[in-house]
Amino acid sequence: MTGSLAGALAGPGAAVATLPATGVQDLAWLLLAFPAAGAVILLLGGKRTNAWGHLLGCATSLAAFAYGVIAFVTMLGYPASQRSREVRVYDWIPAIGRFHVPLGLRLDQLSICFVLLITGVGSLILIYAIGYMSHDPERRRFFGYLNLFIAAMLLLVLADNYVALYAGWEGVGLASYLLIGFWQFKPSAAVAAKKAFIANRVGDLGLSLAIMLMFFTFGSVSFSGVFGAVHTASGGTITAIGLLLLLGACGKSAQLPLQSWLLDAMEGPTPVSALIHAATMVTAGVYLIVRSAPIFNLSSDARLAVTVVGAATLLFGAIIGCAKDDIKKALAGSTMSQIGYMMLAAGLGPVGYALAIAHLLSHGFFKAGLFLGAGSVKHGMNDEVDMRRFGGLATVMKITFVTFTFGYLAIIGIPPFSGFFTKDPIIDAAYSKGGTSGAILGTAALLGAGITAFYMTRVMFMTFGRKRRWDDGVHPHESPPVMTSPMVILAIGSLCAGGFLMLSSRLIDFLQPVVGTPPLSHGFFTPVSDISLAVVVVGAALGWLMYGRREVPVTAPHGSLVTVAARKDLYGDALNESVLMRPGQWLTRLSVYFDNRGIDGLVNTVAAIMGGSSGRMRKVQTGFVRSYALSMLIGALLLVGALLLVRL
Amino acid sequence: MSNFPWLTVSGAIPLVGTLAVCLTPGRSAPGSDADRRSRDLLVKRIALVFTLITLGVTIAMAVAFKPGGPRFQFTQVYQWIPQFGVHYAVGADGIALVLILMTTVLMPVVILASWNDAEGSASPAGEAPPKRSVKTYFALLLVLETMMIGVFAATDVFLFYVFFEAMLIPMYFMIGSYGVGQRQYAAVKFLLYSLLGGLLMLVAVIALYVISAQSAVLHHQGSFLFTDLSRVVLDPTAQKWLFLGFFVAFAIKAPLWPFHTWLPDAATAAQPGAAVLLVGVLDKVGTFGMIRYCLDLFPSASHYFTPLVIALAVIGILYAAIVAIGQADLKRLIAYTSVSHFGLITLGIFAMTSQGQVGATLYMVNHGFATGALFLIAGFMIARRRSQQIADYGGVQKVAPVLAGLFLIAGLAGLAMPGLSTFVSEFLVLIGTFTRYEVAAALATVGIILAAIYILWMYQRTMTGPVREDVAAMPDLRARELWAVGPLIALVIVLGVYPKPVIDMINPAVHKTLVQAHSTDPVPPHPATVVLDTAAAHKNGSKP
Repeated sequence: MTGSLAGALAGPGAAVATLPATGVQDLAWLLLAFPAAGAVILLLGGKRTNAWGHLLGCATSLAAFAYGVIAFVTMLGYPASQRSREVRVYDWIPAIGRFHVPLGLRLDQLSICFVLLITGVGSLILIYAIGYMSHDPERRRFFGYLNLFIAAMLLLVLADNYVALYAGWEGVGLASYLLIGFWQFKPSAAVAAKKAFIANRVGDLGLSLAIMLMFFTFGSVSFSGVFGAVHTASGGTITAIGLLLLLGACGKSAQLPLQSWLLDAMEGPTPVSALIHAATMVTAGVYLIVRSAPIFNLSSDARLAVTVVGAATLLFGAIIGCAKDDIKKALAGSTMSQIGYMMLAAGLGPVGYALAIAHLLSHGFFKAGLFLGAGSVKHGMNDEVDMRRFGGLATVMKITFVTFTFGYLAIIGIPPFSGFFTKDPIIDAAYSKGGTSGAILGTAALLGAGITAFYMTRVMFMTFGRKRRWDDGVHPHESPPVMTSPMVILAIGSLCAGGFLMLSSRLIDFLQPVVGTPPLSHGFFTPVSDISLAVVVVGAALGWLMYGRREVPVTAPHGSLVTVAARKDLYGDALNESVLMRPGQWLTRLSVYFDNRGIDGLVNTVAAIMGGSSGRMRKVQTGFVRSYALSMLIGALLLVGALLLVRL
Repeated sequence: MSNFPWLTVSGAIPLVGTLAVCLTPGRSAPGSDADRRSRDLLVKRIALVFTLITLGVTIAMAVAFKPGGPRFQFTQVYQWIPQFGVHYAVGADGIALVLILMTTVLMPVVILASWNDAEGSASPAGEAPPKRSVKTYFALLLVLETMMIGVFAATDVFLFYVFFEAMLIPMYFMIGSYGVGQRQYAAVKFLLYSLLGGLLMLVAVIALYVISAQSAVLHHQGSFLFTDLSRVVLDPTAQKWLFLGFFVAFAIKAPLWPFHTWLPDAATAAQPGAAVLLVGVLDKVGTFGMIRYCLDLFPSASHYFTPLVIALAVIGILYAAIVAIGQADLKRLIAYTSVSHFGLITLGIFAMTSQGQVGATLYMVNHGFATGALFLIAGFMIARRRSQQIADYGGVQKVAPVLAGLFLIAGLAGLAMPGLSTFVSEFLVLIGTFTRYEVAAALATVGIILAAIYILWMYQRTMTGPVREDVAAMPDLRARELWAVGPLIALVIVLGVYPKPVIDMINPAVHKTLVQAHSTDPVPPHPATVVLDTAAAHKNGSKP
């Protein structure tokens, strides 16, 4: 990349000055304070809050949403170049040398999108959870954790520096850990929770090293400081920072090679899967890259790495989604795949940042809707998640069926549903990148669209289609209104969000001051999108042929090699186990042995030589007190002797 | 009040407490079991009251401390052995002050937590509890507090050495007589190790005095006063040998790899309360000694040995974390995590950057509270189930949710979760190290993954899963236990969200140490300028 072009690309992110917040926006800390207060009250209050805890949990989230809307409207009142506002809350880590971390919140076009998504979709999911968790004696604790999550996630997206972002980043990881393991008495849940946290920590290693490298290079960890100076650094440093940030993003967003935790994370209650492991937290990696646009703009190598990770994961996740019989795991594979699209878009640079955010927002609606639908089915089917034991639910769970269908049409990208407006432009942009890489990335994305249509059609037919394959004693019923109403709202979102955001480049223009030059719009219904639609129809037709027209056997057939591999998450766990876990266990055992026999053994041998045998050492304890006194005496004599010597 | 002898008074109060405890009727005094119990209760109450008074005095002292003032405050210098230039000299800089505060906070906590530890309890085999004197145990605790305050407050190297060695004696008896398991083996090992280091230091102390007596700066008057000695210019060779004498003593104390093997044994054998003081305070004397004595008195030797120390620290961080993962014993596991954390503290000190040293000092404080809480809660659990083996637990969360919840918070502090105090200090250490030693810092950062493994795996094995039969009847934390660990957990959270008061005390002291060690922070190759602009913007626009 030439210097002048690099400067031009760096421009938009860095040039827009951030102003101090005024008026109502000055209270942005309320966004964090509401859910944080909720979490504190619910977790400290204990059983006393059982009766009303869930209501408080929803109220704090709704209050944050209400404030978010007010802040958003206020922002729209400002001219586009003055919408980035900063609130300094307090001095978190006071200045030590050059290092200084004031806790500052940045309200700008990018963060407000996330604020509305997190608190809006979050509130809907919390309301749903009132019904979903109504039989759980620990429902209050559940709402406490979810409030903690919302507070941490808001800190992540609002922080105006990388250290505070990191605090939110780890905070959502903690909330995710607590919520995946919410039913701790199930060993599988406890193991999945730990696995998620550790995989995330591998990513966090990347993020924290990126922050250290930034501080080393620029002497600053704030967005304004780093972005203002980034163009002065060498290309190698910028690429290194970019790749380390990407490692962080891979951990949080379950991208290759740190993907394996997300499928296990489905052990958590379904509202958690919907909010944390679909709509918000797992998209934080995309946020990180888009937020760091001024860094990625200057390194085509780092951007290429992002696109490769995204393209590989979107296929990887989609293939896994095809083979899973557990409805939540099929959707989890789909989440990985969809985030792959977002990463791909983000890696395309200024052309793709806004597209990534657009797909992230519309995905937030339709994937949350799909998960809540899955939860509703699970609720009605006595906690069954095996789609081979579903079937024929369209007639018994009408609202769930219709809302789920909306989500289905949105994710496979049938116009005018959301996915069409947000996914096809990504495929288009990938092809527009040009060259071999553009062709490969575009084709991967196109192929992914076809596979998505296939596995989602499979999910639809296995769950709602044709014959009932229920176990005895299962009497499916529609969920109560407290659960179905959020589903309906999300279904409407699945229908409208994409069009609303993308038609007349609404979101792209809105985000332009933060993420840079808007892409050349090819409009919709381009040749690429026509091909994409055709691929989607083929995929869906294939799904219908295999799962709609044919009977679905209750026990899974043996399947081809690919199917078997996909069922095992394409051997992601097996790889981790053989490359990391087993050698790690050996290393641990070896180290423990070495510590006991090697170092300590040496020490004991020396002790034994000095003091007789180590066996006697244990018995003649009093002897050592005496010898200690003796050595003290010798020491004192030595000292006095030396002192006298010096005197004389 | 500026001339009030704060340090002497706060050190003397526990000593008075020791006397008060000693004056109560002993075990052999006539009376029934009930009388004996009430006498024991009196001893415990006296100990608690005196440690609380000490805490109050040190808090007042911290308020009186002026961070911007002279380096050493509340100083007192009296000749002790004038012939040899030995003084009773005390004074506190910000580093010593926060460590004294940490000590006095931990003392009442430990006393509350060890309320019933001294009596001993029936072993699982059904043997009668050993007969032990409650009075002696609490007297030892109180006298130990005096010595711990003294060792941080001393500004005379000889006085420091006296406290440094004398501290061993009460701890030796607390482990050897009141401990569990292989307590005598562990106590002797602890003693021998410390003794070896202490004697090396003694040689160095004497040599330092000898050299000072030849120095023109001090008019050929030998002195042990820190302020005198730091003015003496030592030749490089002498510095190296003296540095080693001090450093090995501190490295054993801290303990730094490969001098660490005594700690897991000692911490496992000690009662939880004693283990907290051992790991939380006594070991900090080692890292405190490095930053106070090694860097200040032997600056050029410190620079000379820095690569070696950094290498040992990084090995220690990773090695101890890996060994911790493989432990089957709860207390041993926690002890190894501490060895790993001491590696980080040492790394931060020898990175010779302001972030590294502020982080290291803050880490000393935070580690005391966080690991203290972890040890105590593990101890409460062990007291219920009478086993230190992790494999004997499972599903505790279900039966004792408060215990499990606090254990998780203390554990998360162990893995440096942001929002908890340890994160700030660990991140400062790592980022401060990175600016000078990128590779060492990057390797040390791998420790955050290992920390997640050892903490969460321990939590998973003890607290989650189906409830094991032998923990099914386990009661949750009692009021006394909550009062003991509650303040520590609160401090862990408060100092994570608002570490400013402590950092403000440490910052000037570290600055002076760095000046003395002839070290300045590396300048970033491409410094950012925008920082100042936003700061100015904030001044105009934002809240007060």
